[in-house]
Amino acid sequence: MTETFVSHHVLEYPGGYTRSVGPVVGRFLTSLRDGKIEGVKISDGRVLVPPTEYDPVTSDPVGDFVEVGPLGTVETWTWVEKPRVGKQLLDKPFAFALIRPDGADTAWLHVVDAGSKDMMSTGMRVAPRWSAERVGSVRDIAAWVPLSDGEEAQTAPPRTNVSDEEEGPVTGMISPIRLEYDVTAGEALTRFLVGMSQGKIAGGRAPSSDEVYAASRGTDPKTGDPTSIEVDVADRGTVTTYCVVNIPGLSDLAPPVPYVSAQIVLDGANNMFFGLIRGLEVDEMRMGLRVKAVWAEELKPDYRSILHWEPSGEPDAEYDTYKEYL
Amino acid sequence: MRDVAVVSYAASAVAKDTNRNEVEIIVPVLREAIEGAGIPRKEIGFVCSGSLDYLFGGPFAFVAGVDAVGAWPPIRESHVEMDAAWALYEAWIAIQTGEVDSALVYGFSKGSLGDVSEVMTLQTDPYYTVPLWPTMPDMAALQARAYLEESGRDERDLAEVAARAQRNGKSNPHAVRAGDASADDLLKQPVTYDPLRDSDMFPVSDGATAVVIAADDVARRWCKRPAWIRGIEHRIEAHGLGVRDLASSESTRSSGAAAGVGSGSVDVAELHAQFSHEELILRDALGLGDDVDVNPSGGALAANVIMAAGLSRIGEVASRISAGSANRGVAHATSGPCLQQNLVCVLEGE
Repeated sequence: MTETFVSHHVLEYPGGYTRSVGPVVGRFLTSLRDGKIEGVKISDGRVLVPPTEYDPVTSDPVGDFVEVGPLGTVETWTWVEKPRVGKQLLDKPFAFALIRPDGADTAWLHVVDAGSKDMMSTGMRVAPRWSAERVGSVRDIAAWVPLSDGEEAQTAPPRTNVSDEEEGPVTGMISPIRLEYDVTAGEALTRFLVGMSQGKIAGGRAPSSDEVYAASRGTDPKTGDPTSIEVDVADRGTVTTYCVVNIPGLSDLAPPVPYVSAQIVLDGANNMFFGLIRGLEVDEMRMGLRVKAVWAEELKPDYRSILHWEPSGEPDAEYDTYKEYL
Repeated sequence: MRDVAVVSYAASAVAKDTNRNEVEIIVPVLREAIEGAGIPRKEIGFVCSGSLDYLFGGPFAFVAGVDAVGAWPPIRESHVEMDAAWALYEAWIAIQTGEVDSALVYGFSKGSLGDVSEVMTLQTDPYYTVPLWPTMPDMAALQARAYLEESGRDERDLAEVAARAQRNGKSNPHAVRAGDASADDLLKQPVTYDPLRDSDMFPVSDGATAVVIAADDVARRWCKRPAWIRGIEHRIEAHGLGVRDLASSESTRSSGAAAGVGSGSVDVAELHAQFSHEELILRDALGLGDDVDVNPSGGALAANVIMAAGLSRIGEVASRISAGSANRGVAHATSGPCLQQNLVCVLEGE
């Protein structure tokens, strides 16, 4: 059989994911911006760092903030020989560690810039190395560093990114997320994509049924049986339902607004196919419109080999012929 | 309470399935589980699945899984964004309500599509932890060191667990990692996530697991020797790693006590230990002695289809009970970083 297609896929939110932090996390992040570490008292008298809005054991509301550290003790650690550049804090080997700041009863997951693994041990004393560019983030501590006996912690340097405007407390944060995948089309979708490169729409049918599905994932969704029999489907069909899009810039492929996206029942298929409709004014658009595919000049194993759909010139389909697809 | 039993189990796992998409992976496993149960597909009262959209990289990716089920006329269906062992828990509850008598439960994923270690970072808290990007094995390594230093065990104990998992994997047709390496051999391998080696960490796996459960006489009618669920419980701990005692698993201990692990002898246990040290922590938490056959399938160190491997633990215990090679067993599933959430299921023959 044909090797199935693999597509590189990046999952990323442009500008990052924006989160509101609330009063407790916000206060902690505001303090980090000011160059100090704060915890919160919980009902049994322990000090929780980093603080949450509730007692993690009893769920009771938390009490007063108290300053802790800045020195801390490593409770457990692991060594990262190959940092994930662009994601993790340091681009040279470092340790992840659970660090309990002095005065706190819980530990905080952060990084230790120890230079080498041999410098790391449970129980070692560490101090924060503050970034000068502090924005209200756990990354405002650039790393923790080992402290030798009698050595004092450095205080946070003045911030270099302060604007003239008066700043309020930190109320939000931006989390960049980026993950990469190599997505496998699978056997049925590969047959469909090969068809696209040949200017045809390849559907499939299960031996147990007469129903044909175009661009399916390989099963008859009514029965779950594999659509093992390949059936070519016409590149023309009937618009069932549609929407007029008035929002520009939804994707790089989107035409200028307003435009129509529609569900189409292809002749010879029993499921819906998505497409853009062009070649008529949007106020002429209607259910039952008969359309045909407009293929790209250069065909590829890609859904975009069909550029869009346009009216075929045939009379509109009778409602009864497509009503079960609505 | 209604008596509910596992009546069939099917699974598949490979390191990387380069040809099939998720639906195509699920189809034969569902078919095997349903045919194994003997219950006609349309008579199964409820369907529940477990998967993780972030492993696929698209929203609502789990919906495609329903294409494999046969959802017309409309079926009763549900999904958990968790290991499918929790889908089985939901199905068990559905049967307890009396609304349905049987259920199909499945889980699936392709861990090979992206970087599982980074994907699982996104299940940690987004304010304090995700911005630092500790990966799943980084966090596991923090727990491993905490456990070794508190228990007095050492890397050899981890290697013994890993070596036995590989050895047991040889009898598991779906093992992704299996072999005859001794603990000494494994100790010669480099430490990758200090103090862990690659052999202490699960192999990335693609696949699916399906289980059919049924109540009372329905189970007896379709299965010669049903594996009855005598107790099932799950508990969760705080998400902050620095809040918990990483050297032990209180949520496993309390789940096990509630599920009745200690109220009888245990022939076999399948523990969802994705890292070597987790098996040792779980054995301690469940009070399993040296006489218990732990992870005869090789466990998650032999194959770990994320979101299906916990359900596989239940299936592996159930299939040994149904085959008559065990009478009473314990299955465990986990979710979240460093054994944050744990489910324990006690199964028994008639």
